[in-house]
Amino acid sequence: MASWKPYTEMTVVGSRQPRIDGPEKVTGRAKYTWDQRPPGMLYGALLTSPYAAAKLISIDATKARALVGVHAVLTDVHPTGNVRFAGEYVAAVAAVDKQVALDAVALIEVKWNERSHVVTLWDAIEEGAPRVFADQENVKENDRGEGDVEAGFAEAEQIVEAEFFTQVQTHSPLETHGSVAAWEGDELTVWDSTQAVHGVREGLAKALEMPANKVRVICQHMGGGFGAKLGPGAYTVIAAKLAQAAAAPVQLMLSRKDQHLSVGNRPDSWQKLKLGATKDGRCTAFECTTWGSGGIGGRGGVPQPYVYQFPAWKQKHHNVATNTGGARAFRAPGRPQACFAMEQIIDEMAWTLGLDPLEVRLLNDGNETRQAQWKIGAERIDWQRWRQRQPGAGAGPIKRGVGMGASIWFTGGRGTKAQMDILSDGTVEVRCGTQDIGTGTRTLIAAVAAEELGLPIEAVQARIGDSNFPFSGGSGGSTTAPSVAPAIKVTAENGKAELAAVVARHLGIATTELTFDGGTVRTASGQSLSWREACALLGATTISVQGEWQEGLSGSNVAGCQFAEVEVDTETGRIDVIKVVAVADCGLIVDRLTTESQVNGAIIQGVSYALLEERVMDADTGRMVNADFENYKILGALEVPEIDVILYDQPERGVIGIGEPPTIPTSAAVANAVFHATGVRLRELPMTPDKVLAALEEA
Amino acid sequence: MRAFDLVSPTRLQDVSSLLEDGKGQILAGGTDLLDRLKERIDQPERVVDINGLRELHGITNGVGLSLGSLTTIADVAEDGRVRDAYTALAEAAASVATPQLRNMGTLGGNLCQRPRCWYYRSNDYPCLKKGGHECYAVSGRNKYHAIFGGGPSYIVHPSDTAPALIALGAELEIHGAQGERMLALADFFQGPRENLLSENALGLDELIARIYLPKPKASTRSTFLKFREKQSLDFAVSSVAVALEMDGESVRDGRIVLGGVAPIPWSVPAAVEQLQGRTLSSAAIDDAAAAAVEGARPLDENGFKVTLTRNLLRRALQQLA
Repeated sequence: MASWKPYTEMTVVGSRQPRIDGPEKVTGRAKYTWDQRPPGMLYGALLTSPYAAAKLISIDATKARALVGVHAVLTDVHPTGNVRFAGEYVAAVAAVDKQVALDAVALIEVKWNERSHVVTLWDAIEEGAPRVFADQENVKENDRGEGDVEAGFAEAEQIVEAEFFTQVQTHSPLETHGSVAAWEGDELTVWDSTQAVHGVREGLAKALEMPANKVRVICQHMGGGFGAKLGPGAYTVIAAKLAQAAAAPVQLMLSRKDQHLSVGNRPDSWQKLKLGATKDGRCTAFECTTWGSGGIGGRGGVPQPYVYQFPAWKQKHHNVATNTGGARAFRAPGRPQACFAMEQIIDEMAWTLGLDPLEVRLLNDGNETRQAQWKIGAERIDWQRWRQRQPGAGAGPIKRGVGMGASIWFTGGRGTKAQMDILSDGTVEVRCGTQDIGTGTRTLIAAVAAEELGLPIEAVQARIGDSNFPFSGGSGGSTTAPSVAPAIKVTAENGKAELAAVVARHLGIATTELTFDGGTVRTASGQSLSWREACALLGATTISVQGEWQEGLSGSNVAGCQFAEVEVDTETGRIDVIKVVAVADCGLIVDRLTTESQVNGAIIQGVSYALLEERVMDADTGRMVNADFENYKILGALEVPEIDVILYDQPERGVIGIGEPPTIPTSAAVANAVFHATGVRLRELPMTPDKVLAALEEA
Repeated sequence: MRAFDLVSPTRLQDVSSLLEDGKGQILAGGTDLLDRLKERIDQPERVVDINGLRELHGITNGVGLSLGSLTTIADVAEDGRVRDAYTALAEAAASVATPQLRNMGTLGGNLCQRPRCWYYRSNDYPCLKKGGHECYAVSGRNKYHAIFGGGPSYIVHPSDTAPALIALGAELEIHGAQGERMLALADFFQGPRENLLSENALGLDELIARIYLPKPKASTRSTFLKFREKQSLDFAVSSVAVALEMDGESVRDGRIVLGGVAPIPWSVPAAVEQLQGRTLSSAAIDDAAAAAVEGARPLDENGFKVTLTRNLLRRALQQLA
C-alpha cells in the first residue's frame, strides 16, 4: 500500500507554503467567471417571480424583443409554470450590455395567478396550511434511535429540557453564481463559478440532452461556494440556451439578490431536546423532536445526538417544505444546527449539576482523538482559571465568559485521476480536473508533486479547473485534499519512475540506485545530474504519465473542538467574540499555511452564523426582505476574533479534509460562553442584541 | 437604472432651474443615489452633478464654523476644529459607514439621504414612501423601524451626523429659485404625517449650500454614541447625540437628539429638563434616560430599541459627567 514519508524526510509537504496563485489573485490577473469576455459576448439577465406561490398564466415579451440591443429572449425557462418561491427564474434575456438586458427584463409582461404560500417553518406546519406541493404534505416525519430511552430516563437523576432555534443562512460567496456559455458548432464551452467542473459538465450535458464529450467546463478561479456550487444551476442551462438562441457567447451572472434567493441555503431548525444524566454527569438518555425547513428542497436534517454516543436516544424529525428557495449542502450540512442545541444542553446539564462542563464532556464523549483535544484546548484557553468563575458572576455591565463545543466530520475522498508531463527542458506540468473552491488546490498539487520529484514547489505547474483534464470529483464534503493529494503523489511517482528509467539507462545503472532530491538526481555511487540535465536526456520526447487515487494515502473521520471567549455588553446586548481556540484534527498536513487559513475561515463564518447572518422573510408577501449585503449581515473585519489554531496532526492517517469541521462548533461555543458570562442562555440564532436584551430582561 | 441626462452646473445659481421641474436629482457623493437608481426606486430624467460647485466644498471659520455641503464625511471627521469644539459631530462622522464611503459621502448628502427601510429600498414593495398605499413594516418585519413618531410610515432617519448637528445647534443655508434662506436644522426634518415623499423641508428647487455651527460656549460638552449590530459597516439601530452647556458641575441647558429611532432625528427636550440645574449624578442620568424613551411606541419586533436607547443615553451622559 502506498504511504507518505515521515515529515522529517519531506521538505515541501508539511511546510508553510504561500499560495502559488496568490500573486495572480492580489494583482487582479486571476480570471474568475465574472471576468470572462469571449469575443462577441452578450449579457444575460433574469426575470424572477415576485410571488412565493403562483401559476404563470402568460408571458408577453413582445416589447422586450423589440428593444434595440436585445438578441434573445427566453420565456420558457420555468419547467412547470407553477412557481414555488419568490425569486424563481421565469424568463431570460441576452443583450449587448447589462443595462439593456435589465431594461428588457423590465419590459416583459407576466400574468400571474397568485396562490397562498407559507414561507416560515411555523406557518408551514400549521394544520390546514397551504401546501407547497399540491400532491404532498408540507411535513415529512422520520424517527431514529437506539436503546431503551424510557429506562434511561428512569435511571437519570437530573433531567434538562430545552428548546432551540437556528436560522436560515444563505451561502453568500463573494462571487455570485453564474456562467458564461459559448458555442462553436455543436460544442459548448462554459466558464462556470463552480465547485465541480466535471459535475457541471455531466449535469449540463444531461439537461441539454447532448453528448458530455461536447461540453467543456472551465473554472480557473472561483470566489467561494460553501456547497452551493456542486452542479450546474438553472442559470447555467439558461446561459447555454441564451447563447444558442443569440448565436453568441452569453454571460449570465446572478445578482446578489438572486444569489440570496435562488441558489441554496442552510435550513433552519427548531429543536426540542430532553437529556437525562446521573448526578456525576453521565448521560443516560436523550430524546428530541426536531423540525428543519429546506424550502422547496424540503429537507432540513438535524443529525442528533450529534457527536455523543448516549446509551439510549431517539429523535423524531420533521422535514418541512416552505415556499422559499431550496436548501443546498452548506459547509458541514446539518451539523452546526445539531451542535448549537446539543452542546448547549450538555453545558446546561453540567452547570445544573454543579459540574465542570469540560468534565461532563470528557465523561460522555467516546472519541479518543477528541478526548485528547478537549484537554489541549482547555489548557490553551486556561479553562481551569475560567471555570472558577460562576456563570454571570462578573461585576459591571460588561461581562466575560468562556464556552466550548465539539466538532466532527467524515470526509475521505477517492476517485481522482491526474496526468503529469515532464518535458526535456525540465518543466513539469500536472493536470487534474479538480478545482479550487478557495482552499489552495493548486498549491496542494504543486507541493505534493514537487515533494515526490525532489523539486521546489515553484518548479511545478499545476493546472486545474477544466473538465478536459482527468476526472476529479466535486469540492464538497471536505474531500478535495484527501482525493487529490494521493492521485498527485501516485502520478508523480509514475513520472519519476519513467525519468529514473531514462537516467538509469543513460548511466548504465539500475533505477533503484537513483534518488531525487533538492533538484538533483543522484546515484548511489555519488554521481549527480541536475534535474534539467536529467530531463535533457529525454531529447525529443516527453514523459507523459497518469495516475489515480490509491488507498493508504488519505484518511477519514475528523474530530475537533473549540473554546470561545466572549464579552457581553448587558446594556446594549452586544456580543463580542474575543478569542476562539480551535483544535483541528488534520491527519497529514500538506500545507500548514492553507490549512490554518481554512480553519480561520471556518471560524469567521461560524461567528458570522452565531451573531449576524439570517434570512429574514416577510410572511405576508412571501419575500426575503434582506436579500442584499446591507441587511443580510456578514461578519466584517472589526468583528473577527483572535483565532488560535492548533493543528492536531496525525500524519500516519494520511491526508484528510479540514474545510468543514471547524465551522460547526463556533456558534455553540459562543452561546456557552455567553451563558458563562451572563448566566443567561441564548437558545436562538443569530444571537443579536435584541435577543440578548430580551433574555437578560426575562432572567 | 433608467437612462438619464447628466448635467454638471458650475454656478450655484444654475442649479435650481435644473431641479424645479421635479425631474432632476442631485448627485453629490452618490453613495445613496446610485443604489436608488439601480434599484429603480428613483428614475430621474436628469442627474445634476453638483461637485463642480467650488463654493460648496470645505470648512471655513466664521463666528463658529461653516461647512460646505459637499465636504466629505471623512473631512468632517478628521478636521481639527470639528474635533476640538464639536466633538459630537466628529464622533458621528467617524461612525458613518466605512472609510471608502466616508471618502465619497458628503455632509449635505448625509442629511438628505433617503430611508434605509428594506421595504422602501426594494422595488418589490410599492410602499407609502414611494407613493404607494401601505407601510409594509406595520405588520411585516420591523426590527429596525421607528419607536417614536411613526405613522403612517415607520421608517427611521438614517443620518448619524444629523442628531449631532442638531444637538450642536446647526443652521442650514439653503439655495433655491427665490434666493437663499436660513433654517435651523432642528426645523429641517419632516415626519411622515407632514411629508410622506421626502424627509425634509427642501423645496423641489432647493439644495443645502452650507451648514453653520455656532461657536460653542466654553462650558459645552458633547458626545455621540452609535449602536450598530455590525461594527464594520452598519447603520445605527439607535444613536444618541448630547450637547450640554454646563454651569460648573451642573447642567444649565442643552440638547439631546436620538438617531435611528424615529422618521426624523428625534429631539428629547424632556430628557434635558430632567438634567437642568442638576449635576450629572447617576440619579439625574437615570431620570433623563427614562424621560428620553417615555412615550416610545414599539412595533412587534423593535421593543429592544427602547431599552437600548435608554442605556445608550445613560452611557453617553456618564461619559460627559
